[in-house]
Amino acid sequence: MNVVRKAVAAAAVAAALVPGFAAAQEAPLKIGVVSFLSGAAAGPFGVPARNAAEIMVEMLNAGKVPAPYAAKGFGGAALQMQLVDEAGPATTQVTEFRNLAQRDSVDMVIGYISSGNCLAIAPVAEELKKLTVFFDCGTPRIFEEKNYKYVFRTASTATMDSVGAALYVMDLKKGKVGSIAGVNQNYAWGQDSWSDFEASMKKLAPGVKVATSQMPKLFAGQFNAEISTILGAKADVVHSSFWDGDLEAFILQAGPRGLFKRSTVVLTTGETAMYKLAEHIPDGVVIGARGPYGPYAPDSELNRWFSTTFADRYNVPPNYAAYQMAQAILGTKAAWEKAQAANGGKRPDTDQVIAAFERLSFESPGGRIEMAIGAGHQAITETVYGVSRKVKGKMTVANVKRYPATAVNPPDGVKAADWIAGGFKQ
Amino acid sequence: MEQLLAVLIDGIIYSAWLFVAAVGLTLIYGVMKIVNVTHGSFYALGAYAAASITGALLARGMPPSLSYAVLLGSALLVTLIVAPLIERGILRFMYAKDEVVILLITYALFLILEDAIKLVWGVSPYFIAEPYGLLGSFDVLDLTYPYYNLILVGVAILCGGGLAWMLNHTRTGKLLVAVIHDTEVSRAMGINVERMYLYTFTFGSLLAAIGGAFTAPTVSVVPGLGVEVIVLSFAVVVIGGLGSLPGAALGAVIVGLVRSATIHYLPQVELFVIYLVMAMVLAFRPRGLFSIAEARKI
Repeated sequence: MNVVRKAVAAAAVAAALVPGFAAAQEAPLKIGVVSFLSGAAAGPFGVPARNAAEIMVEMLNAGKVPAPYAAKGFGGAALQMQLVDEAGPATTQVTEFRNLAQRDSVDMVIGYISSGNCLAIAPVAEELKKLTVFFDCGTPRIFEEKNYKYVFRTASTATMDSVGAALYVMDLKKGKVGSIAGVNQNYAWGQDSWSDFEASMKKLAPGVKVATSQMPKLFAGQFNAEISTILGAKADVVHSSFWDGDLEAFILQAGPRGLFKRSTVVLTTGETAMYKLAEHIPDGVVIGARGPYGPYAPDSELNRWFSTTFADRYNVPPNYAAYQMAQAILGTKAAWEKAQAANGGKRPDTDQVIAAFERLSFESPGGRIEMAIGAGHQAITETVYGVSRKVKGKMTVANVKRYPATAVNPPDGVKAADWIAGGFKQ
Repeated sequence: MEQLLAVLIDGIIYSAWLFVAAVGLTLIYGVMKIVNVTHGSFYALGAYAAASITGALLARGMPPSLSYAVLLGSALLVTLIVAPLIERGILRFMYAKDEVVILLITYALFLILEDAIKLVWGVSPYFIAEPYGLLGSFDVLDLTYPYYNLILVGVAILCGGGLAWMLNHTRTGKLLVAVIHDTEVSRAMGINVERMYLYTFTFGSLLAAIGGAFTAPTVSVVPGLGVEVIVLSFAVVVIGGLGSLPGAALGAVIVGLVRSATIHYLPQVELFVIYLVMAMVLAFRPRGLFSIAEARKI
C-alpha cells in the first residue's frame, strides 16, 4: 500500500534504437508520467496508461509515429520518462509532484487518473509553475472553479460522459424513461457523474423520477445491499460510473441477481471490463468508453497504428485509459512543436508552450481534440455509446451512436450544471 | 415489508462476510495480544490463491462443483506456507517487545506482503465467477439472491461454531483459553506457549484466508484487496471487544445490519455509519461490548 515506485525509462531505448540520435539533438526533455502502478486501479487503468506512455515515448523518439507526429521526440528533443505511482492519498501525490518538479526538475508532468488527485495537484502545479497535463481524470470542477495557467486536460470531463449517456438512453428507449437510479462511488468523480446524469435526464425527460441514488465508498467491493435497493426501486435506467475493481465486482454481483434484465444499465466506463468480463455482461448493457476510444475509435491511420502497435506488444487491445495517455502525449507534442515553430525553430520556454497549447486543435488516435473550454485549457471531444452484443461468442458493441463535442460539452465559461439546467444551449 | 426483509438478508450476508474476515483477528489478539495488521494480507492471499488455483483447475476441465473444495484448499495451502514462516521467522523474536512495536512490525509485514502479492500475481485482476453462479438463485418476494450467499453464511457459522467448539471442547482449545487468561501462569504450568502462539497465528490467519477465498468469486481480485478488509475488521472487533469471539459475532451483526439499513433507507450516510456505530459503542463501553474484566496484577 502506498508504495511509490519510480523508474526512469525510454531515452536510453531511443538512443539505442537510433545511433547518434541523442548526440545530434538538443538536451532531452524530462517528462514525469503519473499513473496507478499499484492498487485496484492499476490493472484496468494505470498499467494500460503506462504501457501507452512507454510505447509513445519510444516510438516518438524513434520517429515511428505516423503523421502528423512523424518528427522525432518533441521537436527533435528526445523524451525521458520518469514514472511515478499514483497510488496513495492525495497528500502523497502532492509530495510526489513536488519531488518531480523540484528534486527531479522534470520539464512537464503528464498524468493522473483520480479526480481527487487532479483537484489536489492543480493548485500545486500553479504554485510551482510546472506545465501539467491531466490525461484521464473526469471531474469538471477543475476548470470550473478556477482558471489555471500551467494546467491542461486533454480528455473531456465527466459531463460529456453523463450528458452523452442521458442522450443515448433517451434515444435507445425512444424517450420513454419514467425513472432512473444511480450507483456511483462516493467521491468527486462519482458525485459529479451522477449529478450531471440526473440533471440531464430531468431536462430531457421532464417528470422523470429518481428511484434511488447509491453512493458506496470507493473500492468497497461488496454491493449486495446496493443491488437489492436498486432492484427494489425497479428503475427504467440504472446509471453507474463505477470503474476498476468496483465496476468488475458490480458486474459480477449484479448479473446473477437479474439487474441487467430488469433495467437498462448504463456503465459509462464499461469498455474497460467488456472484454475480460464478456461472459458476465448480457446483451443490451449500455457501454461507454469516456469518448471515442477502444471499439468506438475512428478508422484513421493514427488509430490503426496505435491499436496495432499496442496490441502487438501487450497482447490486448488498448482501452480508453491507454488512448487518453497517448492523446495527452500527442497533444503536448503538438503544442510544443507549434511553440517551437513560432520561436523560429528554437526550443520554446514553458510560457510559449502554454500559449501554443491554449485553444489548440490536434489529432489523436481517438479523433480530433479541441482545447475549447476552460479558457483553452480543457479539451472537448465527441462521445460515443453503444450496447453490448455477443456475436459468435465475441463481445461487440451495437446500436452505436456518436454525439458531436458541442452537443455533450458546455461552451467555454459556462459551468456544466448551468449549461444542463439551461437546456444544453451552445 | 419487502424492503425490511431485504435489509435483513443483505445485513446477514454482509455480517457473515465480515465475521469470517474478522474472527481470526480477535482470536490472535485474544491469545497473543497482537493487533495483527497482517490479517488483511492473509485475506488477500486467500483470495489470490483461490482465484488463481481454482481458475487454473477449471480451465483444465475440473468439474465446477469441486470448486468450493478448491477454494477451501487454496486458503489452507497458502496459509500453511506463509503463516508459520512469518510466526517462526519474525514474530516469535518480537513477543517481548511492546504491543505498539509489534503492531508496527505487523504493519510493515502487511506492506511487504502487499508488494509480494504484486510480484507473484501482478496488478491485473483475477476472476473466478463460476462458483458464484453455479448453484443458481432463489427469490425472496421480488428480489433474487444467488445460493452462493448462503454458502458464505454457512462458512461464517462453521467458522464461529467450530472455533467455539474447539476452544471449549478440545485439549488444545482449553490450553489456549489458559494462555488467553494468563501467559505466565500457563508457561509455569508446563504449557508450551510458543507452540500455542504458532497454532493460533496459523489458525487465525487461515480464517482470514478462508474469508478471502470465499469472497473471490464475487469480486475482482486486485491489489489492495486486504486494505478495506483490515479497516472493517478492526471496527468489528473493537465494537465487540478485542479478543472476544461472541463480541466479533455481535460486532459483525451490528455493523452488517446497520450498514444494510442505511443503504436501504438513508444512503447518504453509508460512508461513515460503521464508524459512527464504533464511536458510539466506544463512548459507552471503551473496551467494546464484550470486554472482560481483567484482574490487576501486582
